[in-house]
Amino acid sequence: MEGVLSILVGIFFAVSIYLMMSRYTIRIMLGIAVLGNAVNLLIFTSGRLMREVPPIIPVGELVPPGPTANPLPQALILTAIVISFSFLAFLLVLAYRAYQELGTDDIVEMRVAEPADEDLPPVSY
Amino acid sequence: MAGNADNAVDFAAGMLVAPTSAVDWLIVAPTLITIIGGASLVMLRYQAKWHGYLTCFFLAMLVVVDAILLARVMEHGPLTMTMGRWMPPFGISLVVDALGALMALISAVVALTVCVYSLADISVTSTRFGFYPSLLWMMTGITGSFLTGDIFNLYVWFEVMLISSFGLLIVDGERVQIDGAVKYAVLNLMATTLFLVTTGYLYGAVGSLNMADIAVRLREMPAGAAPMGTIATLYLLAFSMKAAAFPVNFWLPASYHTPKIAVSAIFAGLLTKVGVYALIRTLVLVMPEGRDLLSDVIAWIAALTMIFGAIGALAQNDVRRSFGFLVVGGIGSSMVGVAVGTEDAITGAILYAVNSILVMTALYLAFGILMRKNGGKYNLADLGGGYKASSWLSILFLALVFAASGLPPFSGFWPKLILVEASLKEGYGWLAFAVLLSGFITTIAMGRIWAHAFWRGGPIGTVDGRDAAPLYTLSSVVRHRVFVPVMALVAMIVYIGVNPSPVFSVSQYGASTLLKPDHYIAAVFGPVAAQRTVMNEDHATAEGQEDAGAAKSRGPNSNRANSNRANSNRANSNREGAH
Repeated sequence: MEGVLSILVGIFFAVSIYLMMSRYTIRIMLGIAVLGNAVNLLIFTSGRLMREVPPIIPVGELVPPGPTANPLPQALILTAIVISFSFLAFLLVLAYRAYQELGTDDIVEMRVAEPADEDLPPVSY
Repeated sequence: MAGNADNAVDFAAGMLVAPTSAVDWLIVAPTLITIIGGASLVMLRYQAKWHGYLTCFFLAMLVVVDAILLARVMEHGPLTMTMGRWMPPFGISLVVDALGALMALISAVVALTVCVYSLADISVTSTRFGFYPSLLWMMTGITGSFLTGDIFNLYVWFEVMLISSFGLLIVDGERVQIDGAVKYAVLNLMATTLFLVTTGYLYGAVGSLNMADIAVRLREMPAGAAPMGTIATLYLLAFSMKAAAFPVNFWLPASYHTPKIAVSAIFAGLLTKVGVYALIRTLVLVMPEGRDLLSDVIAWIAALTMIFGAIGALAQNDVRRSFGFLVVGGIGSSMVGVAVGTEDAITGAILYAVNSILVMTALYLAFGILMRKNGGKYNLADLGGGYKASSWLSILFLALVFAASGLPPFSGFWPKLILVEASLKEGYGWLAFAVLLSGFITTIAMGRIWAHAFWRGGPIGTVDGRDAAPLYTLSSVVRHRVFVPVMALVAMIVYIGVNPSPVFSVSQYGASTLLKPDHYIAAVFGPVAAQRTVMNEDHATAEGQEDAGAAKSRGPNSNRANSNRANSNRANSNREGAH
């Protein structure tokens, strides 16, 4: 099962890297969205997969009766989902605002901060 | 493993039952102060005129608390506090060692100076859009990163820092800021995501997230059991990206000159250094084996970063972008220490980070004063007449030029000296040469900026400034608010330059804790482990110190591994059961 998920994680990463290499902000945003999911799946797989047994200790016991699923990755992923979701929301607004302000969604044409025709520094002194 | 329903649950096996002592609350206080401060400012959002003063008050509290923390660490060794009273590898531990406390203190001091400067620099509009809460929350993230002992928690603090820095970067909503923010946001988000990926791998390989616990487990693992090369390389890439080291540095000069100068100053001072800190923390403390594997790679990255940063600074007409490249160059110098990896080298890296925090912030702020005086000009060709307008400013700036170039008697000199010496001792002659060469090029770049902006009478096209527009005089209120921070920072830089021993001893203690993490681990795992560590230390000294290299630190640690487990073994079996 881990093997299958590992391949899936690899596909997710490949897709997100392909998208992020685009010049257009909207594709980069899509790439980031896929990347977040790739990472979540990766953490989930890292915690090893156990299907049947939830990590619940029965009443009257101090330890679980046998091997259980690992609850920690799910806590990590929950944190990561919240964070990546909020970041994606921010980035989408930023990308839209950039499109409005700069009139382009092509990052190669975004040269306001680093003008292409900037003067060379003076050679005096 | 039969449980007994009649007996009460033995909490002592899995939880810390002793109440947390009052002074230990200091460990969590820095993050609490800044979070509560930011939240209260949001509640007071219609009282924008109070924001600046309140923020300075909260940051002053932060300075005091961090100073007390540092004093306690120097006295008692690393301190720890575990959240939710869980036994250390399970609860999230905050661990303060000398490195973390020193960085937190310097960051707080720098943030306070920037806050005072902001009183003059930040408009009411920006305040209404949440400049000051973002500043406080960014300090939460930065301080949290320095004080945490849990690697996933470090990731969370990184994100806190990052989202707040986005707010600061675009708070004015200008076109140029939006442009810079797109690059800054995407690349930094990728870096932190990469950090998370690596943490996922590390968790999969080691089964723990507590840094002290990982350090112990990795040292007891047989060689080759965990894909150390992969994990260390990914951490190196992720943190190099955060720190803006050479091949992945292009987001920094693209964005750091776009916000208000106060924001540029605190970004340049603090954000990249958090990346360097995380690199030192993970590669030196947690996985020295990974650092040994990668030391040559890090050395090359460090050398290229230094040279590239200095040459980049030389090639810019926009002075603020020139400073951006200097920030990059400074990161290279700190990475030299990580590459060499001896105690001296790490000490040098920490000292350089401290120096770079102070100098880069002060440089941006000092240049901001000049920009206020000349009506916002920042191109080298348009500058001039700074000395005539304010001899004080030109002297302060010259001190910063010297400090950034690593010339005595300022704080930049000592870390470079230590780094060169440590590199030569370990046979990295070419790396020492790169440090000196980058210092030389930096001197030219910075000297040129000073000569153009201050020394000559006026901009290009005026004969010694005769036809140049006169520079503005600042009102006395503004003058105090902008000069006091710069003077305070320069005073610290001169003090460290003239009397480096206090900061040096703290850095050295920090470096020794990193290389021989017995005390760090003992602090996390409690007194039982501490006893064993004392035994191991005797053992370690008996073994002798033939080699000063990092390989040494692995020897004594491996025997300790089992004893550390003892107090949490029962609980551990749960987690292992999942595998």
